[in-house]
Formats: sequence, structure tokens, C-alpha cells
Amino acid sequence: MYPSDRKYTKDHEWVKIDGAEARVGITDYAQKQLGDVVYLELPDIGRTLIKGESFGTVESVKAVSDLYSPVAGEVTEVNRGLTERPDTVNSDPHGSWMIVMKVTGGADDLLDAEEYAELTK
Amino acid sequence: MSQPPSGSLKKTPLNARHRSLGARMVEFGGWDMPVEYSGIVFEHMAVRTRAGLFDVSHMGQIEIAGHDALAAVQRVACNDAGRLAIGQAQYSGLTTPDGTFVDDVLTYRLADDHFMFVVNASNIVKDYTWIAKNLEGFEDAAAVNASSRYALLAIQGPAARDVLQALTGVPLGAIKYYWFTTGEVANVRATISRTGYTGEDGFEVFVPPASAERVWDAILHAGKSAGVVPVGLGARDTLRLEAAMRLYGSDIDETTTVLEADLGWIVGWKKDGFNGADVLRRQKQDGVARKLVGFEVLDRAIARHGYDVYAGGARAGVVTSGTQTPHVKKAIGMAYLPVEHAAEGTQFEIDVRGRRVRAQVVPMPFYKRAR
Repeated sequence: MYPSDRKYTKDHEWVKIDGAEARVGITDYAQKQLGDVVYLELPDIGRTLIKGESFGTVESVKAVSDLYSPVAGEVTEVNRGLTERPDTVNSDPHGSWMIVMKVTGGADDLLDAEEYAELTK
Repeated sequence: MSQPPSGSLKKTPLNARHRSLGARMVEFGGWDMPVEYSGIVFEHMAVRTRAGLFDVSHMGQIEIAGHDALAAVQRVACNDAGRLAIGQAQYSGLTTPDGTFVDDVLTYRLADDHFMFVVNASNIVKDYTWIAKNLEGFEDAAAVNASSRYALLAIQGPAARDVLQALTGVPLGAIKYYWFTTGEVANVRATISRTGYTGEDGFEVFVPPASAERVWDAILHAGKSAGVVPVGLGARDTLRLEAAMRLYGSDIDETTTVLEADLGWIVGWKKDGFNGADVLRRQKQDGVARKLVGFEVLDRAIARHGYDVYAGGARAGVVTSGTQTPHVKKAIGMAYLPVEHAAEGTQFEIDVRGRRVRAQVVPMPFYKRAR
């Protein structure tokens, strides 16, 4: 059920790495735990993130959750369309990328789809 | 989805129904309760546009009976129960000598000398103990914690009346807002009350616990074509917030007076001797230092319960309730503010996890249904 074309964190982000570029979003499990997403706060382009650093927040009607960077790198794109339609995170979590990063490191020790599915069982 | 263990929690007679409907269950005031079935936004909008069915059997019922029952109710609750006819209900507060809330309640007059308080689930034991202590000075007034005798279902929304009418011979249109009557629903003995906690028209139905599943199933079945869905505590909270109804433990408690909560309309000013009367009269005359207000966040952010409020450069209070609600679709909330900053239109700041955002005092309720 979790796409095998990407990696996952224990904090329930997914990261799809293509060469030096990484797309980041949150998992289906995460959106289910949050419930209806109504607000997203994402970083500015150009911000440098270390692995595990908070890069924004996702808020549902009843909860706030930090977003953590799965890798180290620089933010090169931000999905502004998603901040306008945050409920897309619920309907299509694995298609809803939040930021694109230029990866500088930290792509090891991420979970694969099977390991992540096991974690959230 | 994983479910929390429910072993030590109290369960309503509808617990198995919630689980078989796939509800996400949470602990609430010691009870294992459904927070959402299909999603808070969907359930909230169902109540605003069609109707929703709530299990609120966790709420408590405390009955007071005897020749001195009215006098006893007049002592423990701040509203004037002497104005209630048999079959009528009113919103009221169980007040401390300081004019603060032991609880907020609905007072039902069942007979001349028989009343019922419907109280918050987490306060049942505290309320009963408080009431019993206050009844010691009365010759003929007894309090009974009758909570286990009732299951309580609420059907709320524009379609509520038509859906419920199909299940009862009681002419529901004849029950006025904040009145109740007895009869049968789905062939089950019931007290039907035109009350609720959503800002919509609707009914609350008291039935024997053993018959709760039958009534629950009948309402969902009868309401199927009208789009009636079960609604959990998540949407119950956003619905009541839009309607600016106070939540005990968040907006009001034993540290907030009835007048600070801006609920002067539930004080029976013409009666004497109720708990907190002196403090409340003084506050009415001299004014309060702080007041519960409604606000709207002006910047892009959501303010939530517990966030600090700043006015005139200083920390001035705290957000008691707040989220982005599904119908109003704005980040709204309630907060206690010093009266000098509490006028409608006044701007102030809220600390949203380290970031100061602007908010503005707005009139309540945030949502009012078309009548």
C-alpha cells in the first residue's frame, strides 16, 4: 500500500529521491492520524535544512504536527498550490509533495515501504 | 487504524455500535467515545446542511425531588428555575460562592417538585457531591445520581425534525425550543427535548440504556435517504464553537465567573440566596476585569486552546477554544481579555507556537442558523 518508489521516516514523511532532487510529503498513515487537514505552513525557497529539522507545520481541525526534513539539503521549490488546497493532503497524500530539496546528505537510514508498513501496523 | 485500549474506560450503551461503524475512539472525561466516523469536516457539514446523530450518553443526569426541590435548585443553580413551567428547560450554572462554575448544566422541570440537571460527563461525581452537600440545609429535598438510567441521543440539523417525526407519534412541531415532552421513539419510552449543542434545530432524546441501540439504529435507518450520519465528539466541538457555546474545562471552570464568561443572561437577578449571588451582583454593578470574547485570526494561522494572548504589549490572557472550523472556514476562537481590550473590533496578538499573529474581537456567535 505504500509506494516502493520512495523512502519513509519514523516521523511519517515520505521522500522521493531522484538524483540530487528530493520531493517530500506526509504519508497516508499521517493524514489519517491527523484527520481533515486545514492549514499548511511551508518554508521559503532557499532555506537550508539539516536532517530531522522542522521545516513547517501541518494542521488539522483538531491537531498541529511538525514536518521534519528526511534529508539534509536546500529547499528549491515549495508547493504553494497545496497551501491553497490543504485538504488534498487527505485525498492524495502520496501525490501531495510539499517541498523539493537539493539533497546534500542524510539519505541513508531511511525506511523502505515494507519497513514503514511494518512500523505503522 | 489502531484503537486505544478501552479496558478501564466507561462505555456508553452504544459503544459496540461506534466500533462497528469504524469510529475512531478516544478517551474523553473517563469515557471511551467516538471522536469521528467519516471525518470532522464531513460530519460538521452534515449537521449544518442535513442532520447528524450523536451519542451523548456519557453526560450525567442528577435529579432533585421533594417539597423543597425548587428551593434547593434555586440555591445551587444561578438561573431562575422558578420561571420554568413543567416541561420546560433552561441553561444554567452550578455556581460556587465565588460566582464561578462548578459546572454548566441544563435544568429540566419534570414536575412541580421534581427537577433534573443534565451535567458534563467529567463532572458527574463532583456535581452530585456538591449538590448533596448543598441540600443538607433543606428539610425535604433529595438528590439522586440518575446517570445510569439514561442513554442520551441527539439528532441535530435542518432535517432532524422530519427524520425523528417518522419514528414518533409526538407532534414534534409542537415542542418549542427549550421545552420537552415524554412519548415514544421507535416504540421506546423516551423524553424528547428540543435542545442541543450545535447551533442547529434538533432534539435530544433520553431513552433507557437497554433500548439505546434500537433507537440509534432506527434514527440512522429513517434518516438514511435524508443523509443523516453519525457524528463524533470532534465535530460536536467545532459545531458548538461556531455557535459560541461554552465548553466546561476550556472556556469556563471554577476560576471563571458567570459574568466573566459573558453569561449574565443565565443569572436569575430577581432571586436571592443562590451560591455566588453576592459576587455576581457586585461584578454586575462594578463591572468585570476580564471577559470572554470571540475572535477571528487576521493572519494566516490557527489559534488553539492554551495559546497566550497579548494586548497593549503585555500578556493579557489565554485562548480557551480555537481552531479553523468547517462551516465558517476561518480560524476563530474564544479568549479571556481585559475589558479595556474586549470591545468588538479591537485588535490583539496571539502567540502561535512562538510567532505573534494578529487577531480581532468579533461578535458571537460565529454562526447563526437561518430561521
